[in-house]
Amino acid sequence: MRGRLVLAGAALALLTAPLVVPTYQILLLLPFMAYAVVLLGLNLLFGYTGLVSFGHALFIGIGAYAGAVLTTHLGIRHLEAILLVSAVAGGIVAALVGLLCVRYVKIYFGMLTLAFGMVFYTFLLKFYRLTGGDEGMRVLRPLLLGQEFSDFGKTAYLAGPYYYYCLAVLALAALGMWRIVRSPFGLCLRTIRDNPLKAEALGVSVTRYRWYAFVISGVYGAVGGALLGPPTGNVDPTLAYWTHSGNVVFMTLLGGFSHFWGPVLGAFVFIYLQDLVMSVVPYWRLVFGAILAFLVIVAPGGLMGLFTRWTAPAADAPRA
Amino acid sequence: MILEARGLTKRYGDFVALDGVSFAVAAGEFVSIIGPNGAGKSTLINLLTGVATPTAGTVRFKEREVTGIGSVALTRLGMARSFQLVQIFPELTVLETLEAAVVSRLGRGTRMWASLAGDRAVRDAAGEVAELFRLADKRHALARTLPQGDKKLLDVASAFALSPEIILLDEPTSGVSTADKHAIMEILVAAARRIGLQAIIQVEHDMDIVFGYSRRIIALHQGRVLADATPEAIKANSQVVDTMIGRARHPAAP
Repeated sequence: MRGRLVLAGAALALLTAPLVVPTYQILLLLPFMAYAVVLLGLNLLFGYTGLVSFGHALFIGIGAYAGAVLTTHLGIRHLEAILLVSAVAGGIVAALVGLLCVRYVKIYFGMLTLAFGMVFYTFLLKFYRLTGGDEGMRVLRPLLLGQEFSDFGKTAYLAGPYYYYCLAVLALAALGMWRIVRSPFGLCLRTIRDNPLKAEALGVSVTRYRWYAFVISGVYGAVGGALLGPPTGNVDPTLAYWTHSGNVVFMTLLGGFSHFWGPVLGAFVFIYLQDLVMSVVPYWRLVFGAILAFLVIVAPGGLMGLFTRWTAPAADAPRA
Repeated sequence: MILEARGLTKRYGDFVALDGVSFAVAAGEFVSIIGPNGAGKSTLINLLTGVATPTAGTVRFKEREVTGIGSVALTRLGMARSFQLVQIFPELTVLETLEAAVVSRLGRGTRMWASLAGDRAVRDAAGEVAELFRLADKRHALARTLPQGDKKLLDVASAFALSPEIILLDEPTSGVSTADKHAIMEILVAAARRIGLQAIIQVEHDMDIVFGYSRRIIALHQGRVLADATPEAIKANSQVVDTMIGRARHPAAP
């Protein structure tokens, strides 16, 4: 019950934030929401299927570059179209990459996803004509539901209409994932995570289901990636670099992968902590490394693990 | 014949684990496979359940060749199994474990948009199996928190929740106290009757269990069938008694 109240409170805070919070903070919430979408998908693999992908920046890159190509090369600026194309492209690439990856587990799965991520990174870096190389590409301001919002300056657009658009996408993505993990399919994924041998004996086709989860998570990754582009107005190959994959895995661990909202909380804390630490000391990675080591040793359940201890297990705990 | 093995042979390099084993199981039978360690019992179970492919020979299930087709396909055809080393889903509850089996049996595993909690058919069927296996009052307990005997029971119960026609139990009472062994077997036999199971094949070391419940015993020795007869005939066969029972009772008891 307390868990539900907190969720309602968080939703309310996000809805009213642009009215009360300084614009700078609002702009920080944009990448948070984009990453939250990515992480909902990543955690279907990680927390529910038991597969750790170290190459998820591949899908973030696909979504982000889809936005850039559509707005600058093809003159399509409708965000709905960008999200749709991202989702389809992410799904197709995940389907192909997944065919190979899901045959492996544990570190082999992780390394394969990493390898595919690197392939895509190199592609972005080397095919200047198409991708702009290390300079990257511009992402033009997208139309939201066909609206130009031409009266709005860049900041007002991002902190206003774009913010609410992202919030709506996040809400839909979360609702969709909530249904998926609580479906019969979601239960099958959890049997695979816990014991693939036994899952097979019960007739669950382990490889096929892992593949489904991989494709869904690729779609989420690309949609989240597409939302990352417009706030900076620019995309570059580092979006697809392996350290970026590391960041999203870190966010997941930070928030806690055994809880539905854990990774979302992780994204939130990560973004703000990064901003805070960077404003104080230049070497934020050092601080984050220490935090990660601390988490793994002291609180492997992440922040959500600490939180659920407080709300009592009756709340929507790690069950599903 | 519901299940038939013809000339099953399995070699690992030079080592012959199983050497031309043939037998058939008819509907209504409860067959125990016995034999000392290394006789080939586990290999036989792996070949029958499609996990491993034989070097030679075939397995036929319901008059259909199923050699090496894998456990997922065999499950769909109506064969279920439990494991020697107990296999559970540690982070799933008892009810969720049984629901997973029912979801699989009903072919609803790809329903991504439906609510599991709202699926009455799945819930009721899983609840029924929980009752049958006396796990109903622990339905919301995580599998990893169960005592060993209940874990064993849950492993078997989830196989039953598939409503199979035949079930292969690899030492269903291993690692369980003598008192619990009989309780497990009683539950199992009652559940088998209830779901209309056609045949049970078990690998078992405990001779009290073997003689107490089987209609037929297949004794394996060094990869071959040493005897295939009723419990009475097995008891009267001094060669089998010497190689099996003398040895299996003491050193091989887990």
